[in-house]
Amino acid sequence: MDRERLMRLLPWVSTPLLLALVLAVWKLGTTAFGVSPFVLPPPEDVAVTLVRLVQEPEVWLVHTRMTVTETVVGFLIALVTGVFVGAVLGRVLWLERAVRPIVVALQVIPKVALIPLFVIWFGFGITSKIVIAAILAFFPIMLNVMLGVRSVDPGHREVMRSLDASRWQTFASLELHATLPYVFAGMEVGIVFALIGAIVGEYLGGNRGLGYMVVVSLNALDAPQLFAVIILLAALGSVLFFAVNGLKRALIPWHDSVQQKDVP
Amino acid sequence: MTGERRGVQEAIETERGSVGGTPELELATVGMTFESRAGQTVALTGIDLAIAREEFVAIIGQSGCGKTTLLRILAGLVRPTEGEVRTAGRSLWAGEARNRETLGKLGLVFQDANLFPWYSVEDNVALPLKLRGVPKAERLSRAHELCRLVGLAGFERSYPRELSGGMRQRAAIARALSYRPEVLLLDEPFGALDALTRDKMNLELQSIAAATRATVVLVTHSITEAVFLADRIVLLSPRPGRIRSLTTVPFPRPRSLDLVAEPAFQAIARELRHALVEGE
Repeated sequence: MDRERLMRLLPWVSTPLLLALVLAVWKLGTTAFGVSPFVLPPPEDVAVTLVRLVQEPEVWLVHTRMTVTETVVGFLIALVTGVFVGAVLGRVLWLERAVRPIVVALQVIPKVALIPLFVIWFGFGITSKIVIAAILAFFPIMLNVMLGVRSVDPGHREVMRSLDASRWQTFASLELHATLPYVFAGMEVGIVFALIGAIVGEYLGGNRGLGYMVVVSLNALDAPQLFAVIILLAALGSVLFFAVNGLKRALIPWHDSVQQKDVP
Repeated sequence: MTGERRGVQEAIETERGSVGGTPELELATVGMTFESRAGQTVALTGIDLAIAREEFVAIIGQSGCGKTTLLRILAGLVRPTEGEVRTAGRSLWAGEARNRETLGKLGLVFQDANLFPWYSVEDNVALPLKLRGVPKAERLSRAHELCRLVGLAGFERSYPRELSGGMRQRAAIARALSYRPEVLLLDEPFGALDALTRDKMNLELQSIAAATRATVVLVTHSITEAVFLADRIVLLSPRPGRIRSLTTVPFPRPRSLDLVAEPAFQAIARELRHALVEGE
């Protein structure tokens, strides 16, 4: 019992300690080893820049807002299409067989390499980034849903069959619940992929977004600002991930991935 | 109750399998052949069996002798390739479709509890009632009543993952009982439990069968379990599965675990064990 409580508190103690260690090594690198501030700016410079950035309305209202919009809209498109295509391919076996080689081929293409194409096709504006975010997020969601639709426990199906359940009842009481964990597993990967897509899209073109700020800082050789924007992006990624994760905890509290009890 | 059971037993003893009146469950020259790429496998052939109302029948046999297939046929999960299944005189199958009314009289418990992990115990137990459109308050009160019957009081709100194997199997039995089936079909329900839990579950199953007055068909690989629980034991021989012998168990009910040590019990168990080995 006591051990269980300690295990629960452990990350709350270890995380600040590890962060402090990283900061100490970082600081030591800039002072004792004399690493150039262009390569590794001192942590306090980054902190000052970060504080300045978060006080600038433009950072929030223009850049962060743009990146969030691209990521979320792209992600939602991927969610709707991914669930639909995944469910259809999971159920219609001949169709899945027919398109499998193409799906695999599409999967193994490093999709980031296609981004310049999308910029040519959809311009330097928000559209190309949404398309990129959607395509990156689509595959993990679609593949997980396809797997989920097929992974319904045959024993559970027999229960419904022995109870003479209708098609709709089987979906509502069994298939929907059984597939949701897979949908969320896909969503957790998908939201991170969507953010990657949006940022890389911004690297290549346009004049808004946190990815654009990264490029601007790099061109100005402003290392402290580059670090500060990267920290903002990391924070944004965490917020988006935990939003999906929170939704999962609320909707499937029964699932193993939510119940983080340590194996005795 | 006990008197009635004895009456049934006497009838069986005098007339082996064909009790006066319509049998609750009836298999008429049932056979099952599976087709596969490797060819045909005859799993069951020429099965004739009549099970009386409130009778407790155990089916034993070596693994692979088709006893689970036989139970799945009784449950209407698979259609036999030959013969007919009748429940209270009515055929279970009409072409490809199952007779819904007949199906509603059968309660099935599987080898695995097969509880839905997203439902609490009470929701799992109440699931069949939900599918039948019973209002929520009514089905939950029935679920609570059943949880008390199977010894799960206090665990109504727990999730299956929080229960032990024995408790999950109790919940599965409660689920099968929720709609008051006239026939309870159990497929090695306690096979995965330890010996002590198994003894306890056997006692509980006996009292549940008495309390619900259900006809019970139990598939098991434990001779002791079969002799302890059943009024009659069907021994299947393998490849192709056919009925090798029918044994009537004469002990009065309720039976206590001490019965297992008695010579009369041991004698029946020994005879069955020999018959099982001979079938090899």
